[in-house]
Amino acid sequence: MNAQTTAAPAKANILQGINAAIADAMEADETIIVLGEDVADPEEGGVCGVTKGLSSRFGDQRVRSTPISEQAIIGAAIGASLVGFKPIAEIMLMNFTTVAMDMIVNHAAKLRFMSGGQTNVPIVIRTMTGTGFGSGGQHCDYLEAWFAHTAGIKVVAPSSPADAYGLMRSAIDDPDPVLFIENLPTYWAPAEAPAKDHRVPIGKANVLTQGTDVTIVAYARMIQEALPAVAELAKEGISAELIDLRTIAPWDRETVVASVRKTGRAMIVHEAVTPFGAGAEIAAVLHHELFGALKAPVERLGGAFCPVPFSKPLETAFAPQTADIVAAARALIKN
Amino acid sequence: MSNRAIPDAATQLEIYRRMALIKANDERSRKVILSGRLVMPYYSPRGQEVIPSAISVNLTDYDYICTIYRGSHDQLAKGLPLKDLWAEVAGRTTGTCKGKGGPMHVTYPSKGIMVTTGIVGSTMPIANGLAWGSQLKGDGRVTVASFGDGASNIGAFHESLNLAAVWKLPVVFVCQNNEWGEHTTYDKTSNVPVADRAAAYGMPGERVDGNDPFAMFAAAKEAIDRARAGEGPTLIEAMTYRFFGHVFGDQDAYMDKARKAEAMANDPVPRFRAKLIETGVASEDQLAAMEASIEAEIDEAVEFALASPFPGVEELSRDVFAQENA
Repeated sequence: MNAQTTAAPAKANILQGINAAIADAMEADETIIVLGEDVADPEEGGVCGVTKGLSSRFGDQRVRSTPISEQAIIGAAIGASLVGFKPIAEIMLMNFTTVAMDMIVNHAAKLRFMSGGQTNVPIVIRTMTGTGFGSGGQHCDYLEAWFAHTAGIKVVAPSSPADAYGLMRSAIDDPDPVLFIENLPTYWAPAEAPAKDHRVPIGKANVLTQGTDVTIVAYARMIQEALPAVAELAKEGISAELIDLRTIAPWDRETVVASVRKTGRAMIVHEAVTPFGAGAEIAAVLHHELFGALKAPVERLGGAFCPVPFSKPLETAFAPQTADIVAAARALIKN
Repeated sequence: MSNRAIPDAATQLEIYRRMALIKANDERSRKVILSGRLVMPYYSPRGQEVIPSAISVNLTDYDYICTIYRGSHDQLAKGLPLKDLWAEVAGRTTGTCKGKGGPMHVTYPSKGIMVTTGIVGSTMPIANGLAWGSQLKGDGRVTVASFGDGASNIGAFHESLNLAAVWKLPVVFVCQNNEWGEHTTYDKTSNVPVADRAAAYGMPGERVDGNDPFAMFAAAKEAIDRARAGEGPTLIEAMTYRFFGHVFGDQDAYMDKARKAEAMANDPVPRFRAKLIETGVASEDQLAAMEASIEAEIDEAVEFALASPFPGVEELSRDVFAQENA
């Protein structure tokens, strides 16, 4: 995508959706600045080129490549946000957020509360992750539950170019820190292009398919596994309602609870390991809200409880797949 | 050293006023905690009065500071009103942060007190961001990051000084080397003076007597002027001594008694007081009146704080996000 383009093309991929969202936001608001490893154009706009074209267009003061120093990156973003800027910080891979946890969890998330509302931290932390590229145990974890467990930070994970654009614009607009999780293996999949200035509200899920028998709650790449599962189940006469959560914290309880009230059955699908994952929280709320109305206990499908393995068959088996979702839905119906 | 800046008489008196305020406030804090009227985690800055006092007279309200849990001296020197401080440490609605931050998180943006952190080593990364904001705006403000000698061994120190140097940020890193990182002395945790590390980042570094108001003033002024002129960051290692244990209630049995006695005998506050009288900058009566007025102000602040209401439980769901939690 040409960064100068103002009218979005009919087709785009997620990477282009994010790039366009940042470019459109920077065009509209000069307090928006970008920092992170390799983000400027001499460094090719990041290892996958998500921020390509931005430093050439907006200048090397507003788009700055940094040393490989994650604490310094998030610290600089926090500090600049306290004095009127809206920084977008890239932490290349989600596993690298671990070396900046103090800045994210103890500072970004807490300064508004600890200052009694005198200061706030309007930053976006972009980070990519996801299994599928054989990167092993330290480059593709989904760690969203850690952040969702922290009061003061929002967590989003789009699954389409339009949602990526719309959620990025909303994340930038948001007066509080937002962790923006990008799925690396699906960056380049083309889909409907986002409309310029389109917003997807944070905290609002998207019902992708209407159904009456079972609710499937998923996000990020798991949507790509769940969509064929819904089609497969339809052939068997099982009507599945697929909800793309889009925001993990705060998640859209209203939409999910209403759906499960209707279907009576639910499963949550995520790539993060199952124990203590986002699915555990959603399942607990569903059991609490719908106790007595459920036709079966809520099911959770998540990554295996092990570090992400390298070997291809193991990596494939690690995360939930279409067949797993179909099987789980059948079991829920039988129950 | 001879051609370094010397504070004029009025500035000397102002440095002393801030030192006396810090000392009196520390003494009162310990007394009030002991009386049982107030419960808080308290990290005494006693013995370190000179550092922020001599630095802050070179700053304006528009300049920023980031400080740490042992930070009441930095906050008071930067102009934090006593009532707001006391109400905050007492957990009252009238405190700087409505009582929601407490002594380790005092924040007061109108005097440039942007962050107080309870995490060792975390002032520096955020100070860089404040300074980056000033660099982008060209507003001429300077950010001072305070931290202790213990923090110089944390990864964030290295990351931050390196970034500040590469980006030429208007920030001054002030290591208050009080010889103690919690219960362990600095010489057991590092083989080199903190200031020597500046060379590794390509920035000026200086070890200065942090208990000498003139030396501290000159070093701070040079670093602040350099930052303001766009010439980049400086690392100052201000040598001082922590008079008490790490945290109030700590029996400090691990502290060498002779070294402590020596440091206390060289208490920088009465020393500077005597010098001001000796050099004719102030009279005994003048200083006594200043100290009495500080005591009266503290009396008023303590009573104001303890008479103020505690926050209601509805505050649990406020200020987590911009929009109140449901």
